[in-house]
Amino acid sequence: MTNTDAKKDIAFPHRHLIGIDGLSASDITALLDLSDQYVDQNRQVDKKGSILRGRTQINLFFESSTRTQSSFELAGKRLGADVMNMSVSSSSIKKGETLIDTATTLNAMHPDLIVVRHGDSGAVELLSQKVSCSVLNAGDGSHEHPTQALLDALTIRRRKGRLEGLTVAICGDILHSRVARSNILLLNIMGARVRVIAPKTLLPIGIERMGVEVFNDMREGLKDVDIVMMLRLQLERMHGSFVPSVREYFRYFGLDYEKLAFAKKDALIMHPGPMNRGVEIDSEVADDINRSVIREQVEMGVAVRMAALDALSRNLPNEQSL
Amino acid sequence: MSRTAYINARLFDPSRGIDETGALLIDDETIADLGSSLFAGGVPAGIETVDCNGRLLTPGFIDMRVFTGEPGTEYRETLGSASLSAAVGGITTIIVMPNTDPVIDDVALVDFVERRARDTAIVNVHPMGALTRGCAGEQMTEIGLLKDAGAVAFTDGDKPLSSSLVMRRALSYANFFDALIVQHAEDLDLSCGAVMNEGELASRLGLHGAPSAAETIMIERDLRLVELTGGRYHVAQVSCAASVDAIRKAKAAGLSVTCGASAAHLTLNENDVASYRTFMKLSPPLRHEDDRRAVVAGLADGTIDVIVSSHHPQDPETKRLPFAQAAFGAVGLETLLPAALSLVHSGAVPLERVITAMTTSPASLMGLNRGRLEKNAPADLTLTDINIPWVLDPEKLKSKAKNTPYDDRRFQGRAIRTIVGGMPVHVEEGR
Repeated sequence: MTNTDAKKDIAFPHRHLIGIDGLSASDITALLDLSDQYVDQNRQVDKKGSILRGRTQINLFFESSTRTQSSFELAGKRLGADVMNMSVSSSSIKKGETLIDTATTLNAMHPDLIVVRHGDSGAVELLSQKVSCSVLNAGDGSHEHPTQALLDALTIRRRKGRLEGLTVAICGDILHSRVARSNILLLNIMGARVRVIAPKTLLPIGIERMGVEVFNDMREGLKDVDIVMMLRLQLERMHGSFVPSVREYFRYFGLDYEKLAFAKKDALIMHPGPMNRGVEIDSEVADDINRSVIREQVEMGVAVRMAALDALSRNLPNEQSL
Repeated sequence: MSRTAYINARLFDPSRGIDETGALLIDDETIADLGSSLFAGGVPAGIETVDCNGRLLTPGFIDMRVFTGEPGTEYRETLGSASLSAAVGGITTIIVMPNTDPVIDDVALVDFVERRARDTAIVNVHPMGALTRGCAGEQMTEIGLLKDAGAVAFTDGDKPLSSSLVMRRALSYANFFDALIVQHAEDLDLSCGAVMNEGELASRLGLHGAPSAAETIMIERDLRLVELTGGRYHVAQVSCAASVDAIRKAKAAGLSVTCGASAAHLTLNENDVASYRTFMKLSPPLRHEDDRRAVVAGLADGTIDVIVSSHHPQDPETKRLPFAQAAFGAVGLETLLPAALSLVHSGAVPLERVITAMTTSPASLMGLNRGRLEKNAPADLTLTDINIPWVLDPEKLKSKAKNTPYDDRRFQGRAIRTIVGGMPVHVEEGR
């Protein structure tokens, strides 16, 4: 496969990728189709393309994240962009510079794409209003993490051949999870059935109106599901006590073989990482090569981010338009 | 001696049962006479005449919840700039909150506010005194001395008095001075970290929400303490159905309890926050539409006594931030009347309820000799065109801060002349 193949027209009429909210089924399908091509490209010896040659991509991370940031960095570089990484948590914020100051400062450097992660819900959207380039949300507070949902969807689609009609259980700390929100939105748009399983203290109020079935009991909720998506217990976002102890949490809500037995025999295990082994997932289950696709998710992540960067860049103004 | 006749006015004072077309004569600082038969034979020579063309002439509006930045953060709002904003909004008396820097918790500071107001403000200004020193919720202020100095009520402003013990003592002690205790009802444990109303929308936005129970629990606790002490208790703002019910029951039981609601909580709901609009970030938060309707119903049936602006100026730097980091509050002096009138136009609340809740009712709560159309009463009056359509342009607000939740909102009706102590402080040209 060559880059000219990837260059074929796709319909993705959006300037930014702020969330799954606002995307249509055809937008998502277009991104996943394009991602499939990049999975192939990434398995070649020569992984380098030139679609973003001359483009500048800034990875602006207000929250540190090794895996997402490196995934976006690799994605940009494989498309030929000049990629700059900025970790802001350490520098400007401490000097009192606001998000909008940072945005306007960066905007003056004429980037084409800005990838942003921020600890506050809505911060990426706010930033997108103040810049003239495309903005990709790499996670904002407890709001959305669209490329994670897309890479999860790609992983599932490649393994199961479809999304429609599958039953997906999202388990654990739904309350603080942007991954859960983006996945609930995406899976609903694509026609999957979504369950959430968590203790009540980790479920957002009104979650039942977001198109999910709600369970508190793992065994009940996992019954006959096709996909088990585990979430990280986000200890750093917790004000006060949501669960009494890690050992009690693991006992009732951690994924082990005993609970997994309630799911379909060929159910896949997913986790957005980084995992707390022995907190939300048993180590053996996580490493089970027959069931766990956790490492595959990481591979899909690079491809999905390449597809997203590619799709957005096609809508950028181009002075050298052909 | 200056005399002005307002003729052909719709004289309107529901507390006195007045709703008639007639004239009103101002003699210097007071209302000299009024009625349908006044000047029936024409205005005598030598008296300045204003033809009201049948428009609504009411007692001047009283807003009992206004935050300014004076002293301490004058860049946000001064007493002077707040008074300009009030005048445009038809408000003749503002009650300023003690949450300044320093907090108004001492006689000298009450004197300071009154002196600054006298020198710089064009409407009447009365301070509420802090209920506890530094609004820290621990030690009662000198309620008697502060009241004698001019504090019209006692509150910790935008902070709740959390301690049951201190609240009990404050209610008991203030009773002797017949002082009104005003509470911002919020259980800070339940609302910890919250930035909007809890519910489906907050969950979708990934924002931490406070349940409306955080407000109702505090009100219900306080109602028990009122029962125990017999104090005069006022909830600054109720925002949800359960709080309105709690107050309604307490009133039926004969407790000395009153409450207010802000124009924003009467006209906006949590959906207005959508897409993280920080100008909609208020305390208490905008609630569900069912709650808003219950608050409106509470105003209509008299459970809610007063409408306030809860004017809270914030400069752009504290609002142009991610939603969770942005400051709470919205300006409201210039939109109090138009927002309240929207309830009248929609048929939800009768005009007399709205006018009472902005005139007689706050005046009697705080013992002010204002808020009525009566011979020898102070000539604080507002002339309102209740039908004129207009669109709010935030840049035209007189307040130093422009953080209005109503930008580009279409309104019907506004004040076209505001008179304080007989003097017009706001006159809309050409009307």
